Amino acid sequence: MPAKAVWLKIEGQLVAPTLQEALEKLDGAAGEVVLDFSSVHRLDASALRAMENFVSTVNGTAKLALQGVNIDVYKVLKLMKLSQRFSFLS
Amino acid sequence: MTESVSSLGEDRIAYLEGLVSRARTAAAVFTQYTQEDVDRIVKPMVSEAMEKAQHLARLAIEETKLGVLEDKALKNMVAAEFVYNYVKDKRTVGPIHEFPERGLVEVAEPIGVIFSLTPITNPVATVIFKCIMAIKTRNAVIFSPHPRAWRCCYEAMKTLYETAVKHGAPEGVFSCVESCTLKDNAYLMHHKAIGLIDATGGQGVVKAAYSSGKPALGVGPGNTPVYLEKTAELDMAVVDIITSKTFDNGTICASEQTVVIDDEIYDKVLQKFADLGSHVCNEEEAALLGRTLIDHETGFARPMAVGQKATDIARAVGLSVKPNTKLLVAPIQGVGREHPLSVEKLFPLLTVYRAKSVDEALKVCVDVNHAGGLGHTAVVFSRNDEVIRKFGDVINAGRIIVNSPGSIGALGGVYNDMVPTLSFGCGTGGGNSTMDNVNVYHYLNIKRVARRTQAPMWFRIPNQIYFNMNAVESLSQFRSRSTIIVTNPALEQMGHVDVVRRYLPPQTSVHVAAIPDGEPEVKVVMQGLEALNLYRADQIIALGGGSVIDVAKIMKLKYESPQADLDELGAAFLDIRKRVAEYPTEKTNRVRLIAIPTTSGTGSEVTPFAVLIDKERGRKVTLTDYSLSPDVAIVDPQFVMSMPKGLTADTGIDCLTHGLEAGVSVYASPYTDSNAMQAIRLVFKYLPIAYEHPRDEEARTMMHNAACIAALAFSNASVGVSHALAHAFGARFGVAHGRANALMLPHVIAFNAAVPTKFMPSPHQRAYTAHKKYAMIADLLGLGGDTIEEKVANLVTATEELLDRLAIPRSIADMGISQEEFERAVPDLAKIAFDDPSWRTNPRMPLISELADLYWRAYQGRSLAKLASASEKPTAMKGGAYAGKSRVA
Repeated sequence: MPAKAVWLKIEGQLVAPTLQEALEKLDGAAGEVVLDFSSVHRLDASALRAMENFVSTVNGTAKLALQGVNIDVYKVLKLMKLSQRFSFLS
Repeated sequence: MTESVSSLGEDRIAYLEGLVSRARTAAAVFTQYTQEDVDRIVKPMVSEAMEKAQHLARLAIEETKLGVLEDKALKNMVAAEFVYNYVKDKRTVGPIHEFPERGLVEVAEPIGVIFSLTPITNPVATVIFKCIMAIKTRNAVIFSPHPRAWRCCYEAMKTLYETAVKHGAPEGVFSCVESCTLKDNAYLMHHKAIGLIDATGGQGVVKAAYSSGKPALGVGPGNTPVYLEKTAELDMAVVDIITSKTFDNGTICASEQTVVIDDEIYDKVLQKFADLGSHVCNEEEAALLGRTLIDHETGFARPMAVGQKATDIARAVGLSVKPNTKLLVAPIQGVGREHPLSVEKLFPLLTVYRAKSVDEALKVCVDVNHAGGLGHTAVVFSRNDEVIRKFGDVINAGRIIVNSPGSIGALGGVYNDMVPTLSFGCGTGGGNSTMDNVNVYHYLNIKRVARRTQAPMWFRIPNQIYFNMNAVESLSQFRSRSTIIVTNPALEQMGHVDVVRRYLPPQTSVHVAAIPDGEPEVKVVMQGLEALNLYRADQIIALGGGSVIDVAKIMKLKYESPQADLDELGAAFLDIRKRVAEYPTEKTNRVRLIAIPTTSGTGSEVTPFAVLIDKERGRKVTLTDYSLSPDVAIVDPQFVMSMPKGLTADTGIDCLTHGLEAGVSVYASPYTDSNAMQAIRLVFKYLPIAYEHPRDEEARTMMHNAACIAALAFSNASVGVSHALAHAFGARFGVAHGRANALMLPHVIAFNAAVPTKFMPSPHQRAYTAHKKYAMIADLLGLGGDTIEEKVANLVTATEELLDRLAIPRSIADMGISQEEFERAVPDLAKIAFDDPSWRTNPRMPLISELADLYWRAYQGRSLAKLASASEKPTAMKGGAYAGKSRVA
């Protein structure tokens, strides 16, 4: 399967559906996923669950990057030990 | 404990991990909440708790079969409303306290996940209390209620959880372990995601919490002594004790256990207890209660009676009491295992003790306190403030309740202004990490953001300085009844004393205290002091060099404050503002000190320093305090016109060293810089002239002024490494202070101008500037150079040339000290120099090895500038600490 590059912007609270969309676009292929978090100001428990599922589903087949993560959200990802699964783009 | 955890089934582990995972997520999400967010959640939770207080109390009674419905409802309300009232305006998110004057901000950081164990005695109130605290501090809590109080705790938690989530709290913020076992507790206590264990309950859970290795708040049992002293308001005291001891059938661990009553009021008090519905036991009945209610194996009260009514307990043990009896009162004759009822009794049984004296009463209270109640709660009823104070002194309790009920008083906020709580810290006496009433601040990590602060600086000098030729005439304006002139015989012979006498007002009675030449000694000071006392002097004129003026300063100190202990005042210090020694401010006598220097170097006429030798004890005492500064300085060059050439050179270089070291000191300020720079300029210009043409009045005048001006600088900015080296070297080899400084000075300039191996910690230093300041001095002297490095090199060279012109030996070797002798001395010299306080304000912190290197450079006698171009290096300097790091080319 050819490598794919996926770039998606997450709008506000729509973390879970956007991650689902990213998974569908990736469709199990290797490649890189860049998620633009610049509109995400806060994460709730469901968003965190969605991110954990997303990371677990991708399971290392694609490179995962988050763009525009604010410091509060970054700290949440750090506490949830999710930060190590992503690279961060400014 | 490990065995227990390993025996948990997979399903159970998965269940517990699920609880932790949800709580961890909630805690992570919670970190994003603002103060307004949490306050918006807390308020409706409190309202809900108030609404459900009675319902939840009823559930607790039904499940635990302990306590009193009405009291439990009241307790639930206290846990909600009083705690809310305390926390509602408290900041618990982000910056919580700001201290702008100290440059400090305290910032709250949540803990994360708290594992909370709650007791059977106060189940619902404790859950309400902890839920409010957790939300207010943005923490998630996993509750592990006592198994016999699980359902009511779960209901309380669920009620508050639903309200919290409805108002925006993260889902999963509270949870409750179902069917919790000791193994579950052990597993969670050791779980890496748990940030804090908050264990309220019996000794077992508290001990387990602290044994887990996790941060823990473990608060446990008490044994509250009460002292009912004869001056107490008895009606109030008895009602308070009954109210408290019967509250929720005595289940609050702060409730009264043993009341120690003064003999004079004992019978009256017991009658009042009886009148208000208590059953006062006789000896046989007390013995019966002891046999039946206390476990003789463990020494603790049996659980059967905990939280039960007095009448039910009486019935159970076969004691006949009136139907409405609310409290059993049993006299005891002592405390300890042979007096079984002297332990904690979480039921309405109160023990009483008749004390023959205050002393005996306090001792029995201490005994009760130590019989399981250390750090918890104690109560005193008295109108005698001294008794209350003494009780507070001798009893080890986090809550010492005065003239009010113990249990409700300890809760805080009802009878007093203590912090409302349902969790009583018992301090180290109780094996706890805190003695506080546990509150929101225990659920926070409090970070301190500390801004750089700079302590205020100073520029302190004598308020009168007279200078230039014939300045001594100003003496005529100082009225004195009795004046002592402290001087030395040589100056007296030279006629200097006569000059001074000439200008003293005619009515002044004058006496001369001629002290021997050389370093000032303690015995000389004491002789001078005798003269001061004999003539009841009101003025001292110190006419001489640094030693004479130093003796006069200490004479003044001892005369004005005979209690001054010179050893204590001479103790080492790092920062004059924070030192241990306190100079006396109370004065027995008052005396004016006028200093007239007869050398141009030490500047002692304006400095706050005095050095003296204690020959009997073989030590040197250096005193430093602005109270030592002379009141008046008269800097009259007529007294130095006949100074010998060698002394002119040595003292002049001492003055130059003062200026250069004050100029680069970490305490240097614009105030000291102006003086230091001017002094340096004057020395370079006038010292060679004064040396070569001793009768040149202008040169002598300017050098005399320079010495005083440099002293104004170093009195406030202090000196540096050169002085530290010179002190040790001079003392060891008997070399005059100024000459010793001359040997060190060029090398110290190069040393300070290089990149330091270690910087000197100092808030006053905003960058390393020593090399720049040396360059500035070079510019001031017009030495030329394009770069900082060149300018520093030129300053070193100019200093060398000045020393050459003054015919000062340029190396220690030149002074006839053999290399072998010096090699033996250097290790000790370096250590002594390191202990010298002079370098504490040096811009570069010297290593001991660097001090040794500097000694070797002085021994070799060439500046670093010359060394850099020389291929030969002294053996001891190979690999020296600052070799190759110099800025100087």
